[in-house]
This record gives sequence, C-alpha cells and structure tokens, in this order.
Amino acid sequence: MSKTNTQEILQSSAFKKLVKNRWNISLSFTFIMLFVYIGFLLLVAYDKESLKMPIGESLNLAILIGLGIILFSWLITGAYVYWANNYYDKAVKEIKKEII
Amino acid sequence: MSLNLLLQISPEATPSTLGTANPVSIAIFFLFVAVTLYITYWAAKKTKTGSEFYAAGRNISGFQNGLALAGDYMSAASFLGIAGMVATKGYDGLIYSIGFLVGWPLIMFLVAEPLRNLGKYTFADVVAFRLKQRPIRIAAAAGSLLTIAFYLIAQMVGAGSLIKTLFGLDYEIAVVVVGVVMTSYVLFGGMLATTWVQIIKAVLLLSGASILVLLALAKFNFSPAELFLSVKSQYGADMLAPGGFITNPFDALSLGLALMLGTAGLPHILMRFYTVPDDKAARKSVFVATGFIGYFYVLTFFIGFAALALVGKDAIVALDKGGNMAALLLAENTGGSAFLGFIASVAFATILAVVAGLTLSGASTISHDLYVHVVKRGVSDEKGEMKVAKRATIFLGILAVALGLMFKGQNVAFMVGLAFSIAASANFPALLMSIIWKGFTTKGAVWCMVTGATLALILIVLSPTVWVDIMGNSEAIFPLKNPTIVSMTLAFVVGIVVSLVQPEKEAADLFESEKLRTYLGHGSEK
Repeated sequence: MSKTNTQEILQSSAFKKLVKNRWNISLSFTFIMLFVYIGFLLLVAYDKESLKMPIGESLNLAILIGLGIILFSWLITGAYVYWANNYYDKAVKEIKKEII
Repeated sequence: MSLNLLLQISPEATPSTLGTANPVSIAIFFLFVAVTLYITYWAAKKTKTGSEFYAAGRNISGFQNGLALAGDYMSAASFLGIAGMVATKGYDGLIYSIGFLVGWPLIMFLVAEPLRNLGKYTFADVVAFRLKQRPIRIAAAAGSLLTIAFYLIAQMVGAGSLIKTLFGLDYEIAVVVVGVVMTSYVLFGGMLATTWVQIIKAVLLLSGASILVLLALAKFNFSPAELFLSVKSQYGADMLAPGGFITNPFDALSLGLALMLGTAGLPHILMRFYTVPDDKAARKSVFVATGFIGYFYVLTFFIGFAALALVGKDAIVALDKGGNMAALLLAENTGGSAFLGFIASVAFATILAVVAGLTLSGASTISHDLYVHVVKRGVSDEKGEMKVAKRATIFLGILAVALGLMFKGQNVAFMVGLAFSIAASANFPALLMSIIWKGFTTKGAVWCMVTGATLALILIVLSPTVWVDIMGNSEAIFPLKNPTIVSMTLAFVVGIVVSLVQPEKEAADLFESEKLRTYLGHGSEK
C-alpha cells in the first residue's frame, strides 16, 4: 500500500464517517450502561424503601431491577454485535476495496 | 469477598461431611487433573512459537474464547463468596455481583476490537504502539504485575484454605499442588492448554451450578416464587431487598467504578483477545462471555437464597462466618455427599484455571514487555524470548506458592478489590486514552499509570479496609473503603494535563496512520 493511498483512505468521507459512527454508538452505549448502573447504585443508596415495593406475592422491585440489569447488560452487548456485524463490517469491506 | 474467612471455620458445628476426604470429589478431581494434563501434553506439541505460546496461534474461535473468558473471570471466590453473601446478607450479594458484570459491556464498547487490531500479546502493545517503547513498557509492566500479584495472593490463600476445608488436605500441600499443576499447564501448554483448561472449567462450573439450582428448585415445585416466599416467611421481606451494603454512596460508587472499569484493565482478561483470529471474533467472544457470566451470577443469587431457605442461616454461619460454605452445604442438602464431592472438585478446578490464566499473563508481561522491549530494545530472537517466557513461568509458579504460604492465615480479602482498583486506575485509563485520544503522549501515559497505581496502593493502606480492619487503628486517614473514585480520576487528570503541557508531535502523527489498523484491522497480527 502506497503512502498516498493511505492518505486518501484516511481523508475519505467514508472512512471518517466510519470512525465517527463507531464512536457515536460505542460512547452512547457506554453512557447508557454507566447511567443504568450508577443510577441503580444511587437508588440503593438513597431510596431503599421504594425498592422494597412488592410486585405480586413473592417478588419485589429490587429483585426485578437487579436481575433486569444482568439481562440488560447482555442484551446491550448483543445490540452492539448486531450493529457491528451488519453495518460496521459492511462499511469496512467497502473501504478495504480501495486499499491497493 | 472473603474466602479467607474460611479460616474461621469450626467443622464440629454441623454434621456435615465437609473437611473429610470425600471419595467422589477425589475421583472427580483426579479425573480433571488427568484430562487437563493430557490436554497440556497435546497442546505442548503445538506450542513452539511465541504466537502459539502467548496467543494459541490466534486460532481460538469467538465462542470458545467467550467461554474461556468466562472461565478466567468466574473465580471460586465469586462462586462461593457471592452465594455466601446472598445466603447471609440476602439481596446485597446481588448488588456486588452486578458490579462484576457491568464491566463486560464496557470492554465490548471501548477496548475489545481496537485491542485485538493494534496489539500482539499484551495490552502494553496497544499503549506503546505510537509512543516511546521503553518507558511505556516499564510502567505498564508495573501496573500489570501489581494487578496480577494481588489477584494471585488472594487466589492462592483462598485455594489453600478452601482445599483444606473441602478435602481435609494440609494448607501447605494444597498450595504446592495448585502451584505445580497450574505451572505445568502454562509451562508446557502455553495459551492453548490454558484456554482449554478455562473452557472445561467454565462448562463444569456452569453445569454444576445449574444442576444445583435445579435440585434446589425441585424442592419448591420449580417455582422461584415459592423459594422467595419461603425466604420471606423465614427471614422477613427485608432479606429480599437492599440492606446495609451501601450506606455511603461515595463508597458504593468507588467500589462500583473499580469493579466495572477494573474488569477492562485486567491483564489476563485483555490478553485473551489476542487468541482469536480477528476483531469480529473478539466482539463475539465478549457477547458470549457476558451471557455466561450474567447467567452464572443469576445462578449464585438463587443458590444463596436456596441455601438460606433449605440449609438455614444459622447452620451456614456456624460453619463459616462469611457464609462461604453456603453453596457446598446446599449441594449436600439437595444431592447428598456425592453431589457435594462434585461441587467441591469443581471449586478446586476453578481455582486451578484462574491461577493458570494469571500466571500466563504475568509471564508474557515479563518476557514480552520487559525482556524484549526493555532489555533487548525490541530486537530479540524468538528462541531467546521463549526461553525467558518459560523461566518467567517457573519463577511465577514458585512465587505464587511462596506468597500463598507467606500470607497463610492473613486477611487478604481486600486484595481482590485492590487488584481491581489498580487495574481501573493504572491500566484502564492509559489503555483507553491511547486508543481514543490523539494528543496522548509518552510522558502523559507514564505519569497516568504511575499516578493510578501509586495512589490506589497508598490510599488502600490508609483506608478503613487496611488501616482500621487489618492494622487495628481506630480511625482511617482516607475515608473510603475503595480508593478508585480518587485514584482513577486523578490518573486521568494527570495523564491529560501532562500530555497537554508537552505535546508529542510524532505520537500525534502516528495516531492518524494507526487508524487504518484500529478500525479496518489493516496490518493486524494474524
């Protein structure tokens, strides 16, 4: 690969868009995860009472939220994999065609 | 997490076969060791080059690596400790385990793919990619080795006391056995053997814990609702809701950050991303690992509550104050002494696998980062590097045994927290900034890592965890139990300020051309 070719790719709008999209998605997902987890910790620290709210006969809000966060953590990594496999990888393939 | 509390055990308290030589557990344990040593023999024939020793030839599939990551991460401490925490403190145990899980999505979003594309064998490869090799390698090696050492001490001491309790074997013999077997895995079979040990252990642990939950739930007509009702009627509704675990929100946040971001800075976890062929497989492995680890924590939650309902809090605490025996007592209660033997040997296998992963990661830091890039300044023949890697493995094996013996009977529970704290304060900030920030410089990175590691160490000594609980002073100098909120924030600040004060033009220029490799995988290690 020649040096000019490298520069062309780095300067191309397709590549710039790829990098921008990648971090837009990654950082948004990161902040969602931080928000969910830190929100949970603050809720536990400041409002234990509302977490005791019963749901049905045997469950309560705390258990539902706790197990929900575990499921959510997995689903959000799944969402990222879905995006990366379907959009990111395709864009990478397109750009890689340009590399001589 | 306090496996060391096992030392407070009083076996005469309950009529349990714990602590006696259980024929089933001995048989299964020997079977495990025989199978894994055979795999090591098989792997040894395929482990000749550096890439084979450190990264299993990058031939592990995404799914396999996901299982191996889960195996590396699910320690005996989290199996027995978290189940025990739920069994004694109820819901609070779940808060702890959630902290251990939420770091995984962040590994996915922030580091997994760039790490795979930029690096070769260690995370320092990524940080040093466009910066000056020697200072970065030295600082990153210090961060890695400190993290590994503290993690290793906690595991070895836990192993000694656990095996003593489970098999009635002497603490010293147990520590030596663990040291010898795990050193053999790493020394002869390298990453390939270590990976398969992790995979087998993960499958054993996940299936063992699943069977345990099924057997326990069978006593509640397979209805979790009935289990919760039983806990509620015996111990009150408060057991099912947050209790005293989080009193100071800053403490909670600091521990939360350590668990979450420390996971993304653990050298033995990061190293696993080099075993897969490309970034796509790296991504898949995080998804698989997150699923299995999450499922595992759900299981420990049910194991804890089932132990509480079926075995009873008094019986659990009578055997061990920290509740660490809850899962084993539940196994005996639901499946008899044969099943107890099975679960006990799974716990033993778990420890072996985790310490093997740690040792391999430490050996690669010594040979790849320190020997090749610092001593030999980047020019070394593969033969020489492998020789150093093997010597480092033997050295670390001996060190692990020595540390295990040295810290016998000491309170080492805080060391896992400290390992995560150093990982979050020294390794993670430098790794993240080197990936995303063009202006990051050599000096900035070194100062960032030195600040993070030093502060984490000093502040934990001054914290209530060590200053009051271990050294017996009446009041702590630093108020938080976990220093991460301070040490990590300052590591970021120092890294940014030092980089801004003295920019490094070559590093910024290289950042642009590095992008082809970071985002397209162009030129990545195959």
